[in-house]
Amino acid sequence: MKELRLMKGNEAFAEAAIRAGADGYFGYPITPQSEVMEYLMAEKPHERTGMVVLQAESEVAAINMVYGGAACGKRVLTSSSSPGISLKQEGISYIAGAELPCVILNVVRGGPGLGTIQPSQSDYFQSTKGGGHGDYKLIVLAPSSVQEMADFARLGFDLAFKYRNPVLVLSDGAIGQMMEKVELDEQRPRFTEAEIISNTPWATTGKTIDRERNIVTSLDLDSGKQELHNLALQAKYREIEHNETRYEAISCDDAEYLIVAYGTSARLSQKAVDLLRAEGYKVGLLRPITLFPFPSAIIAKLAGQVKGILTVEMSAGQMIEDVRLAVGCRVKVEHFGRMGGIIPSPTEVVEAMHTKIIGG
Amino acid sequence: MALISKEEIRKPENLIYKKTPLLTDKPLSYCPGCGHGTAHRIVMEVLEEMGIQDKTIGIAPVGCSVLAYEFMNIDMQQAAHGRAPAVATAVKRLNPDKFVFTYQGDGDLAAIGTAETIHACNRGENIVIIFINNGIYGMTGGQMAPTTLPGMKSSTSPYGRDVHTMGNPLKITELIAQLPGTIYVTRQAVHTPGNVRKTKKAVRKAFENQKLNKGLSFVEIVSNCNSGWKMAPVKSNEWMVENMFPYYPLGDIKVNED
Repeated sequence: MKELRLMKGNEAFAEAAIRAGADGYFGYPITPQSEVMEYLMAEKPHERTGMVVLQAESEVAAINMVYGGAACGKRVLTSSSSPGISLKQEGISYIAGAELPCVILNVVRGGPGLGTIQPSQSDYFQSTKGGGHGDYKLIVLAPSSVQEMADFARLGFDLAFKYRNPVLVLSDGAIGQMMEKVELDEQRPRFTEAEIISNTPWATTGKTIDRERNIVTSLDLDSGKQELHNLALQAKYREIEHNETRYEAISCDDAEYLIVAYGTSARLSQKAVDLLRAEGYKVGLLRPITLFPFPSAIIAKLAGQVKGILTVEMSAGQMIEDVRLAVGCRVKVEHFGRMGGIIPSPTEVVEAMHTKIIGG
Repeated sequence: MALISKEEIRKPENLIYKKTPLLTDKPLSYCPGCGHGTAHRIVMEVLEEMGIQDKTIGIAPVGCSVLAYEFMNIDMQQAAHGRAPAVATAVKRLNPDKFVFTYQGDGDLAAIGTAETIHACNRGENIVIIFINNGIYGMTGGQMAPTTLPGMKSSTSPYGRDVHTMGNPLKITELIAQLPGTIYVTRQAVHTPGNVRKTKKAVRKAFENQKLNKGLSFVEIVSNCNSGWKMAPVKSNEWMVENMFPYYPLGDIKVNED
């Protein structure tokens, strides 16, 4: 039986992680995501499912705990906010290199540096272009509602294990803190020992007599072998692009103008679309759900239909680079956004659409 | 008693001493004369004798023993520099029925990984930490380590470690012995047969503690780095006895039998 509740985004993510059959959560407090660990500690998931919850000494330790758990074939996750996610980048790079499945939640706040505790989308480059060292990609899911915070905890684990790849849920302070109605999935059992051995035969579960030892590492001192590993990773990323690109197209069928926005920006842009349509302008909204893989093909297709595209981001304009790559100079692409933790209003978006695209 | 010939002695059925199958056949990548090989062997012999190969997960560090997983015939994970105790924490918490140990050098454990070391010890994680202290960064070519002795030369302290500008050697083993989470803290060496036997006893005790869910056991092994110290192997061991042991005295530091 699914269950309906009124929850904060951070709490919904935590509850959904338990119900997705998570084995372990490792975290460190930081605003605006501390409710994730607070909820888990209060909920005592160990008594419900046997799930381990541990407050680490740092974000660095937490992500390395995730590495250790993931290398055992367990469903493990961590959460943080922007400055903490920066600290985790070393571990994320190792996890990507060793091809380990895990879920990482970033409830983004404004930066750079300690920045602010208010919502922002200024971690797009860090999330989609690498973040840590080396050639790697995360699967990046961008929720725009409390419901998607819950849904992406489970989807995140499923994609992570399907591709042996870390999944980043790129949320923001608004989605993490707001309360909405959420429909929660039924409890899924945690993996049994036998399931781990059969589903993740590479995991370190103890070397039995019937198999060679399992080694989890991101190191290869032989550059020829390392390049083969890099090529295999790239092939996997192409497969992910082919299979897992997700987006939502709202009022796009007859659109003459297009807004591209994700997360909180998509919510307020949807209101802007309604206001512009009331003025008589046929405006559509393309909401990327996966930021990697980026929905380039649908944006390229819509570029052949519309007169101009506005990207709305709570940043100086980061995703706009991917939109422009997809569009390839065929139509005008402009950015509108606010920084510093400020959420733009729908009327600001309407005004930007007029000055930068329709009348621009 | 009849004497047996040299040829007979070499026959497999007459061998009474052989390599543990928990060490792979891959030639060790350590410099000839280095103590790592002996330390590896001791740990693997203990796992074999306890019959826990199939229940053990080892965590390799960054440093000379980064490739420990090439030689130890058990399931292993290679951790980021200094993070092995955090990695081991999760492995043990998620697999309480498994035996979990880290194998770390002084740069890994006492410099970049100080926070992870102290907090894993403080939480009393039910794991074993094997700490090889040779007072230098061997892998990267002999730079100053947190445990480099006062006045000791290295490639980044070419005029000797000046404690006024470079700090004093960190006795991290004494430090973590202060924490209630550690159950057994000892410092050993592997340069003589007698010390090898003592070290093996200590490693065995550490894993027995884990079997009894007692808490964190920490075995420091003071070792030589003949290449990094720029000495012949025998000379490096003599230098270790004369200089390292006075600063890092051997023996049990904490034995909590409760």
